[in-house]
Amino acid sequence: MRVSEKGLGAQIGFRFDGVAYTGRAGDTVASALLANGVRLMGRSFKYHRPRGVFSAGSEEPNALVTIGTGARSEPNVRATVQEIYEGLEVRSQSAWPSLKFDVMAVNDLAAPFLGAGFYYKTFMWPKAFWEKLYEPVIRRAAGLGSLSGQHNADTYDRAFAFCDLLVVGSGPAGLMAATVAADAGLDVILCDEDTAMGGRLLAEIEDIGGGTAADWAAAQVARLAAMPNVRLMTRTTVTGAYDGGVYGALERVTHHVPRSAAPLECFWRITARRAVLCAGALERPIAFENNDRPGIMMAGAVRAYLNRWGVTAGKLVAVFGNNDDAHRTARDLHAAGVAVAALIDSRADAEVGDVPYPVHLGAQVCGSSGRLGLTGIKVRQGDAQIDIAADCLAVSGGWNPTVHLTCHMNGRPAWREDIAAFVPVPDMVPGLEAAGACNGAFSTAACLAEGAAAASRAVEALGGEATAPALPEAEDRAYRLSPLWAVAGKGRAWLDFQNDVSVKDVKQAAVENFRSVEHMKRYTTQGMATDQGKNSNVGALAVLADATGRGIPETGTTTFRPPYSPIAIAALGAGAQGKGFAPQRFTTSHQQTIEMGAPMIEAGLWYRPSYFPRAGETTWRQSCDREVGYVRQTVGVCDVSTLGKIDIQGPDAGKLLDFVYTGMFSTLKVGRVRYGLMLREDGTVMDDGTCARMGPEHFVMTTTTAAAGEVMRHLEFVTQALHPDWAVAFTSVTEQWAQFAVAGPKSLELLNGVLDTPVDNDSWPFMACGEVGVMGVAGRLFRISFSGEHAYEVAVPARYGAALFAELVRRAEAKEGGAYGMEALNVLRIEKGHITHSEIHGRVTAFDVCMERMVSDKKDCIGKVMAARDGLVDPMRERLVGLRPVGAVKQLSAGAHIFETGAAHVHANDQGYVTSVCYSPDMGTMIGLGFVKNGPARMGERMIVRDHVRDLTVEVEICSPVFVDPEGGRLRG
Amino acid sequence: MGKLERISPCAGLLPVSIGGLTVSEIDVGQITSVTPFEGAARAAIDRAIGLPFPAPGQTTGDAGHRLVWMGQGEGFLLGAVPDPNLGAYAAVVDQSDAWAVVALTGAGGADVLARLVPVDMRLRAFPVGATVRSQLGHMNASITRTEEDTFMIAVFRSMAVTLVHELTTALEAVAARG
Repeated sequence: MRVSEKGLGAQIGFRFDGVAYTGRAGDTVASALLANGVRLMGRSFKYHRPRGVFSAGSEEPNALVTIGTGARSEPNVRATVQEIYEGLEVRSQSAWPSLKFDVMAVNDLAAPFLGAGFYYKTFMWPKAFWEKLYEPVIRRAAGLGSLSGQHNADTYDRAFAFCDLLVVGSGPAGLMAATVAADAGLDVILCDEDTAMGGRLLAEIEDIGGGTAADWAAAQVARLAAMPNVRLMTRTTVTGAYDGGVYGALERVTHHVPRSAAPLECFWRITARRAVLCAGALERPIAFENNDRPGIMMAGAVRAYLNRWGVTAGKLVAVFGNNDDAHRTARDLHAAGVAVAALIDSRADAEVGDVPYPVHLGAQVCGSSGRLGLTGIKVRQGDAQIDIAADCLAVSGGWNPTVHLTCHMNGRPAWREDIAAFVPVPDMVPGLEAAGACNGAFSTAACLAEGAAAASRAVEALGGEATAPALPEAEDRAYRLSPLWAVAGKGRAWLDFQNDVSVKDVKQAAVENFRSVEHMKRYTTQGMATDQGKNSNVGALAVLADATGRGIPETGTTTFRPPYSPIAIAALGAGAQGKGFAPQRFTTSHQQTIEMGAPMIEAGLWYRPSYFPRAGETTWRQSCDREVGYVRQTVGVCDVSTLGKIDIQGPDAGKLLDFVYTGMFSTLKVGRVRYGLMLREDGTVMDDGTCARMGPEHFVMTTTTAAAGEVMRHLEFVTQALHPDWAVAFTSVTEQWAQFAVAGPKSLELLNGVLDTPVDNDSWPFMACGEVGVMGVAGRLFRISFSGEHAYEVAVPARYGAALFAELVRRAEAKEGGAYGMEALNVLRIEKGHITHSEIHGRVTAFDVCMERMVSDKKDCIGKVMAARDGLVDPMRERLVGLRPVGAVKQLSAGAHIFETGAAHVHANDQGYVTSVCYSPDMGTMIGLGFVKNGPARMGERMIVRDHVRDLTVEVEICSPVFVDPEGGRLRG
Repeated sequence: MGKLERISPCAGLLPVSIGGLTVSEIDVGQITSVTPFEGAARAAIDRAIGLPFPAPGQTTGDAGHRLVWMGQGEGFLLGAVPDPNLGAYAAVVDQSDAWAVVALTGAGGADVLARLVPVDMRLRAFPVGATVRSQLGHMNASITRTEEDTFMIAVFRSMAVTLVHELTTALEAVAARG
């Protein structure tokens, strides 16, 4: 019910469960529903008990709702955080068919069986029942909202921010801290999760500096907003504290307006040199029988709704507390003209003064009535028990400092007996200081003073000079309370509203020896789900402490982990939707390749053509066979720009190459290319490629596409860590040059059509290289071959890549050849027994790929010593061989294992494995490469290839891995 | 024999203008990577380039003849053709075709880059002439503030499409906030 219109905005229409309501601009869903007299807002998670709003902040455990419809609906939104806007659709969750009649409420009748540890005890066996029966049933019964199941249509944003001082929370401490720091010239970010800055000052009736607290806050905020070195971020929850002064923060950008193209949320990573935490405190409930009815809520929340939104949570309100703070609720309600049914204080010696409503001291609320909303409470005073009619009960068990952020680096807070609460210990998070209520300082005056002092220390720590600010006069009452966690009684008294954990459940956990607070949490589920126990942790551990006969400090808290409040995965993954997930690298021939209809495959970040289909071809194999034929019979063209190219220069370039390659490169003649094998320190093959000597002190190294980055890193390591004394420098030129393989018997003829000066077999023999003019452009030509044919690679600066590719393909097609893709390239190299990372997969040595003779004995190189270890040169190691099917079954598959004929196909008999297979048009059969124990000595032996996954058994003959042109005549001719 | 057509890295992708900011491809002329050899005479290098070699995070010179720090021991000479003698002291490598270079121009460019780059790009921390090698989204980038309201951004040529996609998304996110 709205009792005051003061400061409220325009009328706004919204719907809750299909019913139209009117609220005011600035209302949350919770305040607007309360203004309309709606108390029932949800059903509890486990027992489906009717629940109403409990708090006025992000800690809300009960009033979780779904916002919006269809793909853009969002579940588990807290009604206390969500602002209303015209046309907003709000739906309740966890109830079927309706909030008022929920069939799952039968769970509540079964409560005696559903207590702590129920899941663990019941669902231990049979195993299959869990997946098929229990889980689906529980999932259906459990009460949180569900996703739409559609693609998320919203956009999310992420951003980085930097500041000298981050102030978290804009209550009196936060505003004072920001002001002091900003006045001292610091670059300040002030974040608050609320829609407006001011914290509790917006919710309390009190004075600061002679005016109202809310006015003082507004003036401070206005002053800060005008300063160029201050950034104010409302609707922004600082969710975690991380290493190096980095804080995560979730900004709810457009949750408060109708959906648009603008991002819904933005996840910030804020790097702050210092931080002041002014996160305030959370009020805690007192457990008593049936303390969860709609209408029973926190006393501070009742004041917030009344003083900030002009809404009373009830017409006849009772107040129950164990501290003086609760008295303010009764005072404010009475002042606003709301009937106060009673003020009940558990302390017999509480000082209330002369008040115009009934007061019960030394009394406790021990029960309540009203099925879908509170109608009355039971109060016990000594032996007497009275019933009091009330439609709202405001409860205060005291306040828990919001220490969460200070604990994110594994620090543990300390117990303070005088306020019966945990407070931060200094330096739990480096550079972060807690001030105000989150530090256990509960009076407004103390908050102002702590905020100012913490900011002054931050200014000084950053080398500045802070002037002591004049602190305004403010409320400075002592905070007096006497701990009361749970009222004794028989029925269920709720501790954790979100997970339906009662006092009895916690005691039962202790009885069953789950005495550690971490065990109790997991056994009872207390403190889980969206509120992460913000309202219940301290109460539950106090009950546990009592049940186990220990003190609260010995019992300790569970671990506070980020995020402080829930973050949508979509916000964390902002920017990574669709194509934002990883960069795409396109070659210069990409556009034409797509136009030619080639399906693309990803090679690392690169996109490369699989094959180039032609009309009439129905399978990839037809295209692939045709393209292989180009290279074997006429001429094929393939973009090989993705291979790593590293330009190496300097007087010591030869030394570097001799050191990183197994072979000798310092003796390579200018104008010649050599194949090179590179080892890791442990003697395993890292990569292979070619290296061309372009000048006396100038080499160009190529790497495989896959290992380009790794090789670059390796060279950095060698030159920075092992030989910083060498005068050598290297630069990636992968992107500078567009490079195309031109392969096949007609390759020379084709090339001479585009080269400014023709070449021939004598001037440009196999493994020659040099600079050439390509249609008037300065390019490079390498006579190298991955296919075993007479072949070249021609390179031009990338700006000409697209044009040269088009020209080469056009000319190849004129010679009955054409472009070939990765499938054909793979066939061509398997036919020649050339290795790729399918073979050099990180576990094989030069010996294993039968290249041990390539390890030069004239010099040292990385990996040489380790590769010579006995175990790495044992003939019985699995070594590279070719495989040819010889039985009825002709199909080979990579990944299959190799066994001796007649041996059982089990691990103990494993003789090796298959790494690469293809259909060879030249051989007219499938062929493969693989590793077989003592392989080179077993040529001609028949063995069995067994693929357990595809259920294939194939008889093969072990053969040379070079299937085509073993003498290499085509290569040189 | 015909001539080979030149295609710039961002051909057909730019310019893009959203919310008062513009991303456009820029032609900085020849790009030459200069990496002085260990022990080489620094003064001779500076003489051959005509500019002092910049400290990390710095640039020297200006449009048409600029030397940009590019990482450990490496600078990019933009716009000028290097003195042939430079090769005696440093590795000199043509990189003119290896990079997609764009300018982000307009007020609020730092807010756009704040979506993509984990470095403080505000004027106070990143003044005119400052440069950084960092991530832009998932890409390895070089970013230089050439004017108060202009950032020069370079990524590998092959990533031009992703660069434009990332910048466009960030521009839209900032513009949508009004």
